[in-house]
Amino acid sequence: MATVFLPMPIRRRIGGEPSLVVEGATLRQIINNLEEIIPGIREELIDPELDDRVIRTISAIIDGEAADMGLRTTVGENSEVHFIPAIAGGAPIPLASQDGNRSKNRNEER
Amino acid sequence: MTTTEKPQEFKVVGTRPIRHDGIDKVLGRAVYGSDVRLAGMIYGAVLRSPYAHAKITKIDTSKAEAMPGVFAVMSGKDMPLVASGALDLGETVDDTAFTSDRVMAHDKVVFKGHPVAAVAAIDQNTGLEALKLIEVEYEVLKPVISLEDAMAPGAVVIHEGLIGDDLGEKVNNTNIAVHNRSEFGDPEAAFAKSATVLERTFIISRAHQGYIEPHASTAFWAPDGKITVWTTTQAPFGVRKTVSALLEQPLSDIKVIPTEIGGGFGGKIPVYLEPVAAVLSKKAGRPVKITMDRRAVFEASGPGPGGTIKVKMGVDDKGKITAATADIRYGAGAYPGASINPATAGIFACYEVPNVRIDSYDVVINMSKTAAYRAPGTPQATFASETLVGELCEIIGMSPMDFHLLNVSREGTRRPDGPVFPRIGNEACLEAIQGSEHFKSTLEPSTESKLRGRGMASGYWNGIGNKSSVTINVNEDGLVSLIEGNPDIGGTRTTIAMQAAEILGLPAEDVHPAVGDTDSIGYSDLTAGSRTTYATGTAAIEAAKMVIDEMKKRVAMIWETEYGNIEHVDGLFVSKVAPDHKFTFKEAAGKLGQTGGPVAMTGTVNVRGSGGGSFGTHLVDVEVDRDTGKVEILRYTAAQDAGKAVHPSYVEGQFQGGAVQGIGWALNEEYYTSDDGVMVNSTFLDYRMPTSLDVPMIETIIVEVANTNHPFGVRGIGETSIVPPAPAVANALANAIGVRLYQTPMNPGRILEALATKKTGK
Amino acid sequence: MTQTPEQSVRKVSVQCTLNGQPTEFLAAPYLSLLEVLRETLGLTGTKEGCNDGNCGACTVNVDGRIVDSCLMLGAEAEGKTIETIEGVAPAGGLHPLQQAFLEEAALQCGICTPGFLVSAKALLEREPDADEPRIRLWLAGNLCRCTGYDKIIRAVEKARDEMK
Repeated sequence: MATVFLPMPIRRRIGGEPSLVVEGATLRQIINNLEEIIPGIREELIDPELDDRVIRTISAIIDGEAADMGLRTTVGENSEVHFIPAIAGGAPIPLASQDGNRSKNRNEER
Repeated sequence: MTTTEKPQEFKVVGTRPIRHDGIDKVLGRAVYGSDVRLAGMIYGAVLRSPYAHAKITKIDTSKAEAMPGVFAVMSGKDMPLVASGALDLGETVDDTAFTSDRVMAHDKVVFKGHPVAAVAAIDQNTGLEALKLIEVEYEVLKPVISLEDAMAPGAVVIHEGLIGDDLGEKVNNTNIAVHNRSEFGDPEAAFAKSATVLERTFIISRAHQGYIEPHASTAFWAPDGKITVWTTTQAPFGVRKTVSALLEQPLSDIKVIPTEIGGGFGGKIPVYLEPVAAVLSKKAGRPVKITMDRRAVFEASGPGPGGTIKVKMGVDDKGKITAATADIRYGAGAYPGASINPATAGIFACYEVPNVRIDSYDVVINMSKTAAYRAPGTPQATFASETLVGELCEIIGMSPMDFHLLNVSREGTRRPDGPVFPRIGNEACLEAIQGSEHFKSTLEPSTESKLRGRGMASGYWNGIGNKSSVTINVNEDGLVSLIEGNPDIGGTRTTIAMQAAEILGLPAEDVHPAVGDTDSIGYSDLTAGSRTTYATGTAAIEAAKMVIDEMKKRVAMIWETEYGNIEHVDGLFVSKVAPDHKFTFKEAAGKLGQTGGPVAMTGTVNVRGSGGGSFGTHLVDVEVDRDTGKVEILRYTAAQDAGKAVHPSYVEGQFQGGAVQGIGWALNEEYYTSDDGVMVNSTFLDYRMPTSLDVPMIETIIVEVANTNHPFGVRGIGETSIVPPAPAVANALANAIGVRLYQTPMNPGRILEALATKKTGK
Repeated sequence: MTQTPEQSVRKVSVQCTLNGQPTEFLAAPYLSLLEVLRETLGLTGTKEGCNDGNCGACTVNVDGRIVDSCLMLGAEAEGKTIETIEGVAPAGGLHPLQQAFLEEAALQCGICTPGFLVSAKALLEREPDADEPRIRLWLAGNLCRCTGYDKIIRAVEKARDEMK
């Protein structure tokens, strides 16, 4: 069983527990099993476009290192899985603009 | 001095060959961004906003278009209105719409120097004259410059469309793009039980990377739709992706040729000029080169963020840390993306902190968007934490070295943002400094006019692994050419080639490295995150192993035996069945003609993480002139964990360069900004980076705690060295003058003020 | 306006000695020596870092004195003897300073290197015994952001000793 540390917003929502013990041999299985405990979390964590990695503003860290094979990355029996705001190397990771209507509005301007 | 643990035996790694590209660079032959010259090339110039915040109500380019010698004029309307979305640049994510707006304003300017139009003309001066003929009308808006103004309730909102993320809650009408928190344990309860608790607030100025080569890009948009870009960048594949997204052109129609790069330090990751040059080229039908001037580099490219950092730390009666909290607020500039998350990871990384909470805020203000700057976000945060530790040590009467060693983070320690450290060199760096001649020396006592002090600080940078490709081609004379995709800012062609040479059994000089363009080498993530020698080096090792394996097959053919009978030992191919059969690599390479096709192998990797990152500890002696407040750096020693130093001279160079940049931040460098958001010191003279007169020789200690994530134990080392200097200098200054400064730069004015305050006792 | 700036003024003819060769060029009178070297003559080894005389990347030697070529007009080169980075190395070899810069790893990105080499060469020609403080003072007009100067100073000292 892996120990999963959730991102702060989700932690706050479920009452502040810093970590949960979850079964799963891959990151995808971990997230699927988390979904049983916290309905809706799968949608919050998985990049909908690619369905093979977590969303770009979050890093999945397994035993201290980034999940290099995305959702396929294996998780050990005693692994620690962290979902933390993404940290780049020489580069910060900003959020994407969340203005989903922007392109529609902009193109209507034309 | 080098401290080594469990040494592997190396023939090439750890030596100091002359870098392969050095000859071109000392002869003046190397081609940098603005040295590109193409047939029919014309010159672009960019018109920039004089205001930090304004609506564009009208742009009339007709007079400029009519000017003789002008080939094309463009403004925001010539750029596609791209949709908002994630622009994934390989561990760096930007927003496409924000990036498009930043490159060329569409309807609003949000920082002084924001591009509003551009021209392409027969020569530079004609272009500059043409800019004067472009008529732009603005409706000036109130600029939001300070963090306080930006975060205040009812603040002028810079981006109406921005939806802030406050710990997962969506917030409208805000300049606070992100508020994150990392929390473990119960800091409040731990503070209540602590013997001593200290809280301080620090202010740090935004600081520019200060690379000597301004941004310069050339583009040719051919009639068949293919776009070629020559540019000085840390991220050729990132430029390809950005140009593709911003101009809505197919990725593979764009070829990016990285030129030599005259410094970057993170600042040459973002795209500035490339899409503009491409659009002008399409209009003009000629290649267009644009070079930024120095003022635009300061005003309109991205420095590292400034901000306010509040730190609180508690210790028990033995000096053991009980809890620490931080509130980190960075001014991102005109678009979100200040480096708050690495700040969270780094601020207490040198310590074991059982109870921790870190709040961080990414705040939009009307200044140019910040960019990565060497260990992004971390020198700022560490200035706060390590200066606080210095003061805490004074209060509890403990030496900073003892405090560091008592509380040191090591393998198994949880980093403040969660992950647990693998094997790291934090303690080894402290011990290296503790054992240094500098540490053991006695500081000359202060005199009436000269106040002397010593200070230390540690710092951490994690770095990244990620994707790289390296191709090795075996030539018939037994030498090899090596192609990689990472622009070489400080000798990485050589450090990558050396790792291949180690496997191939060749001297470094026999591997000829080149940086390929985006069409000639497989995808490679950017030169950043201290990843190039580490991760691209890993790809080089992979490629070299593939070459050796293929060569073994060919040698088996030549000796008419089984592949399994061939071994590669000490650089020689030998046969297990025929002891007199021996080939050097060169001999074997010369006989490949009749064994099948050429031997050319590509190694690709996606390296998982950095292996724990690199820690460093710096020690500095300063002398303060009591009358003028001028600070002289008397002696400086930097110790840092390199895992395994591939080319020790270039490792030392990274330590020295980072230390001196950090000294610049500490003592001189700042954005002196008017209330209107205008940087008033936008020249090298007034920005005042360190010169050769301002610093002594920088002593270095390469610590080698092997990285379990790299075949040779190599760690990425380029960034850590800028983290400790500012707090080390701050602690030394406090030691010298007996009063603490909580704001950078600690310039003569602030020092005299502090001395005066001390004198009057208030 | 019916002309480009270049067309609107009469170009001046300039004769000088450039890297040992008699050289003649035509230049608009407002062009800096840096612009002439890079754009007119194609000598791009001389770099532009700031265009206001503060970084030293464009340093050239004019009649034995080091000059930021962005601060001198091309027209002022008339009758002068000018050496740029392209003229530092003897044919088929390297100047001891160039060799020392390579051996001592005195460059990282290399953009400031031409200016440092031209400056340091002028120093050692005048003062073959220049010590570290003197070298630091002389080179204070050349900015380097990569190296922290340590290895540059060592390289100049090494070349100084080699040249004795």
